[in-house]
Amino acid sequence: MTSVQFKRVAERRGARVVLTFEGSAITATSGDSVLAALLTHGLLVRRHEFGDEPRAGFCLMGACQDCWVWSGHGGRLRACTTPVVEGMTLFAQPPAARDE
Amino acid sequence: MSSIVIVGAGAAGIAAAEVLCAQGHRPVLIDEAERAGGQGYRQPAPDLALDMRRLMGSEAARYEALHRRFAALTERIDYRPRTLVWAVEGGTLHLLREGRAETIEATTLLLATGAMDRIAPMPGWTLPGVFTLGGAQVALKDQGCLIGRRVAFLGSSPLLLLAARQYRQMGGEVAVVADTTGLAAKARALPHLLASPRTLLRGLGYMADTLRAGTPLLHGVTPLAIEGDGHVESLRLRDAAGREHRFACDAVALGYGLKPESQLADLAGASFAYDTDFRLFLPKTDGFGRARPGLYLAGDGVAIGGADAAEASGALAAYAILSDLGKPNDAAAIPLMRRVVRLRRFQRGLARAFAWPVAQIRAQAAETVLCRCESVTIGAVRAAMAQALGPVEVNRVKAMTRCGMGRCQGRVCGPALQEIVAAATARDGAAAGRLRGQAPVKPIALAAAGDIAP
Ligand SMILES: Cc1cc2nc3c(=O)[nH]c(=O)nc-3n(C[C@H](O)[C@H](O)[C@H](O)COP(=O)(O)OP(=O)(O)OC[C@H]3O[C@@H](n4cnc5c(N)ncnc54)[C@H](O)[C@@H]3O)c2cc1C
Ligand code: FES
Repeated sequence: MTSVQFKRVAERRGARVVLTFEGSAITATSGDSVLAALLTHGLLVRRHEFGDEPRAGFCLMGACQDCWVWSGHGGRLRACTTPVVEGMTLFAQPPAARDE
Repeated sequence: MSSIVIVGAGAAGIAAAEVLCAQGHRPVLIDEAERAGGQGYRQPAPDLALDMRRLMGSEAARYEALHRRFAALTERIDYRPRTLVWAVEGGTLHLLREGRAETIEATTLLLATGAMDRIAPMPGWTLPGVFTLGGAQVALKDQGCLIGRRVAFLGSSPLLLLAARQYRQMGGEVAVVADTTGLAAKARALPHLLASPRTLLRGLGYMADTLRAGTPLLHGVTPLAIEGDGHVESLRLRDAAGREHRFACDAVALGYGLKPESQLADLAGASFAYDTDFRLFLPKTDGFGRARPGLYLAGDGVAIGGADAAEASGALAAYAILSDLGKPNDAAAIPLMRRVVRLRRFQRGLARAFAWPVAQIRAQAAETVLCRCESVTIGAVRAAMAQALGPVEVNRVKAMTRCGMGRCQGRVCGPALQEIVAAATARDGAAAGRLRGQAPVKPIALAAAGDIAP
């Protein structure tokens, strides 16, 4: 079966940006949203705080807040409206949930 | 001079800014997004090789004209992109820009905040791979991506056909376009739809396109479940004749029309009334968009009307502002007013041809998730209400079950919650009450809220 969610149909000219998600490196292009970068490489952006179920965003317009990912520095960001930045370290869960 | 602040740089906000500029004002135009254009006229980033002319089809000329007009305005307004308005207190707007909190005073405030998709819950709708119908278009226009390789379009909306067509054009496979409203209801709405023959024809054209492409197109369906192990693998539904179908797909675009983003209007003191066609509480305004002295509302943020109505209503609200600031009434406002009335009447027809599936929502099983933020099921809401002296009003139900209390603030579950609450008391949607807006209208970093706390 499919192992990535999004299908890129329009190419983006721009600098190569490398970030990591859950410890794996992902190559994106400057201008990509974090969500597009994650979903062109995988099937989820986060694990829900209740029961761990996977989520991959929903509205894609900054309204539902179902696309929060956690940065290595502890903060959270809204993947659908945040552009990728070189060196971002991202996680599907907040630090406390990861340590458990 | 008085300060005029417009929130929202979509068709409505841009049209308003243009009228105000032409009369020598320099309005502040605030928008959360990176680029102007709003939802309907969303602009891809310049580095994305996307043929917008082809994608916008018959709307390409309007799309290009709006962006040309905006480009001509930017020097003459105080344009603030990437800025969220997260609260309104009296004449003070609370802003968040690049993580920093600031405030701005508005003696005249025009809210043109647009809309979002209205969603009916169903089994499996929280699986990764289910996105809103609008979201399916955003993925394409904003990021040059399709939400999946083989997409099912489900709900009740004319935009199902539009989005399916755009996906086919871009090389996507469309598994099915399935609309919950039956053909008979669509035929009954026809007289209203004749209020805008241009749009009606466009819609029929999309339908013909879909059939020509060989895409299954179903009306009057009952959605049964979105299925898959950790992500979408199929959509199961029952057709109007009662036959069950399973469509293999890896994504679902879900949408039942639009609902206004009216949270700021609520905080700014607009009053609301239940609309029986749209089955939503909508902010009240006069024909020009006046909600109360100093507060004006325009575009899909006040009454769903589509991009053309948004543009006309934005200009109309700007004329009302000018007139309230003492300028003699402008003759240009009269045809605009007629246009807005006509386009919104058309939209009422659409609300009947693409109906909110009240009976289907009320019939959902107890296990169906209603609130995706807090994972509250429909059964939990029914159980809370069934207790002795249990709540019968949405805000009480929210306090008790946490449904609508999560980070989306009830934007997604609100309309369905309303129907579930109304059904439990055997009343209509209006009697269930209205989820009140709260600041911040979107979650903000706590440090930012603290920055300006007394
Ligand atoms: C996701 C989505 C996709 C759509 N796609 C199409 C399409 O492809 N074609 C079509 O014809 N119609 C589409 N529509 C319908 C759309 O509502 C109208 O066509 C049209 O865009 C309405 O114009 P508007 O100016 O009223 O609002 P919008 O164009 O939505 O503009 C509202 C603006 O307000 C800003 N805003 C809202 N709240 C805040 C806040 N608190 N702080 C700061 N800024 C804020 C938003 O960022 C946005 O830019 C779509 C709607 C949605 C929700
Ligand atoms: S997907 Fe809804 S806010 Fe990001």
